Amino acid sequence: MSAAATDAREAKYARRKFVNRVAIALAMAAMAFGLFWLFWILFETVRLGVEGLTLDTLTQMTPPPNDPGGLANAIYGSFLMVMLATFVGTPIGIMAGIYLAEFDTKGWLAVVTRFVNDILLSAPSIVIGLFVYAVVVSRFKSFSGWAGVIALALIVIPVVIRTTENMLQLVPAGLREAAYALGAPKWKVILSITLKAARAGVVTGVMLAVARVAGETAPLLFTALNNQFWTSSLTEPMASLPVTIFKFAMSPYENWQKLAWAGVFLITMAVLGLNILARILTRNKI
Amino acid sequence: MKAARSGPWADRIFGLVAKGAALFTLFVLLAILASLTISAWPAITKFGLGFLTSTTWDPVKEDFGGLVMIYGTVMTSAIALLIAVPVSFGIALFLTELSPAWLKRPLGTAIELLAAVPSIVYGMWGLLVFSPVLSTYVQQPLQKAFGDVPYLGSLFSGAPVGIGILSAGIILAIMIIPFIASVMRDVFEVTPTLLKESAYGLGATTWEVVSTVVLPYTKAGVVGGIMLGLGRAIGETMAITFVIGNFNQLNSLSLFEAANSITSALANEFAEAGEGLHQGALMYLGLVLFFITFVVLSLSKILLAQLQKNEGAKT
Repeated sequence: MSAAATDAREAKYARRKFVNRVAIALAMAAMAFGLFWLFWILFETVRLGVEGLTLDTLTQMTPPPNDPGGLANAIYGSFLMVMLATFVGTPIGIMAGIYLAEFDTKGWLAVVTRFVNDILLSAPSIVIGLFVYAVVVSRFKSFSGWAGVIALALIVIPVVIRTTENMLQLVPAGLREAAYALGAPKWKVILSITLKAARAGVVTGVMLAVARVAGETAPLLFTALNNQFWTSSLTEPMASLPVTIFKFAMSPYENWQKLAWAGVFLITMAVLGLNILARILTRNKI
Repeated sequence: MKAARSGPWADRIFGLVAKGAALFTLFVLLAILASLTISAWPAITKFGLGFLTSTTWDPVKEDFGGLVMIYGTVMTSAIALLIAVPVSFGIALFLTELSPAWLKRPLGTAIELLAAVPSIVYGMWGLLVFSPVLSTYVQQPLQKAFGDVPYLGSLFSGAPVGIGILSAGIILAIMIIPFIASVMRDVFEVTPTLLKESAYGLGATTWEVVSTVVLPYTKAGVVGGIMLGLGRAIGETMAITFVIGNFNQLNSLSLFEAANSITSALANEFAEAGEGLHQGALMYLGLVLFFITFVVLSLSKILLAQLQKNEGAKT
């Protein structure tokens, strides 16, 4: 082989190696870029959140500007609406997930439902708010806690359907067949064999759904609206942590902003905690 | 033998309930479409399709057009994609080809947690922490460097206060990176190991394997992931509402200028809008938003399904 050809080959090899190095360096930079934001956001949330967090935050009502106070009514409102939405949404989600995994895996209804469900999963949550406003709020002429519950439940359902279906599909067919062979009816096989075997996964799905709706603001803006006072009546407007944070953070008052940071801290910790817990529960499955 | 006899009945009821739950999901989608259309109807009949090209938004004179908001949504999503797509690709490449096995899980989880952070947190952090930093370290130097260049300078005109289309786009990018990156990672992982190892065996570098084997194999899935991110970006509400400035204007196309997006207009105005045309116009905007996201997300779904089909054919 001539020297020139060897040189050309070496030059090409050097160039390929160089391009590869650049690509690898950029990929690492991209990874660092992603992590950088996570840590920056968490750092500021903790730093400013802990600063604003006192016992009053948990026990006092939301104050007028420049007065001391807390977030008790907002925390209670969020807790109540998220809990009720989970209670309403979970059974529907689990039943639809069962239908997709156990009754009809390839029929038209299953295909369409899966498609629609995936779209609802990523659909803008503010549209859900508009929908509930049009159907519930404008009909009863009043913003209410119930409207907020319905809006949140509509967001819970797709999350639960998705995880339930995926988790049921992981249950080995042999388990079902064994139960059928013993003469168990289908509903019994599903409820006490497959659903039980997939329990951890289904619970994870519900936890992820709770984490998702706990931080949702947009669908509550014109359904539950907000309330400065303590109320446990679901027919009245109801405060929630995210909407209160929105209102307080956009205001120029320093004490409101401080409370908003405390609220952001509480919400972030709760949501990330649920997410991490959910991952630990299904570590061996996914 | 009572249980055995009750079996068929119980089975039928159980099956019907399950089917009902599945049908309910379809019903919700149709109900959303129907109720938005009905509520938007006064505005649709009054403004027609001209709504989409008119820039007037005057609640007092009841004259409405959505172009300002549509422009804001399109522009912020475009900036978000411009940043998020290369970064997500890098992250997916790192997680599938470069990362040591023990780091894959924690790093993947960390990126996914970025998706779990509620959007209100992004919004507040964006407004109170990020935008001052953006203003001092990015906008002011950019303005100094390019402010006098014709055409290009007009992109950077206006007060560099850190609130506006640019900051909204950047924050959207951070929010959609985890969605795009995890889809890309998942589709990269379905590339048959045999194909990759053959390429490595022929002496290809990591970059060559990714760009000439993995990427062509997973093209549809990668585009599907990007579409999913786009759908998320278009529908994102709270984070944008905090940082976009909520100002209806289209006189200046500057990226630094405060603007409005469909979602931020809805979040800010809807609760206070009077019944009638103002609410109808906002519902019209909501319908447009839902329609766009529906199309984008459907495309994403179809592209991702295509990849799964190919995978099935080859194994």
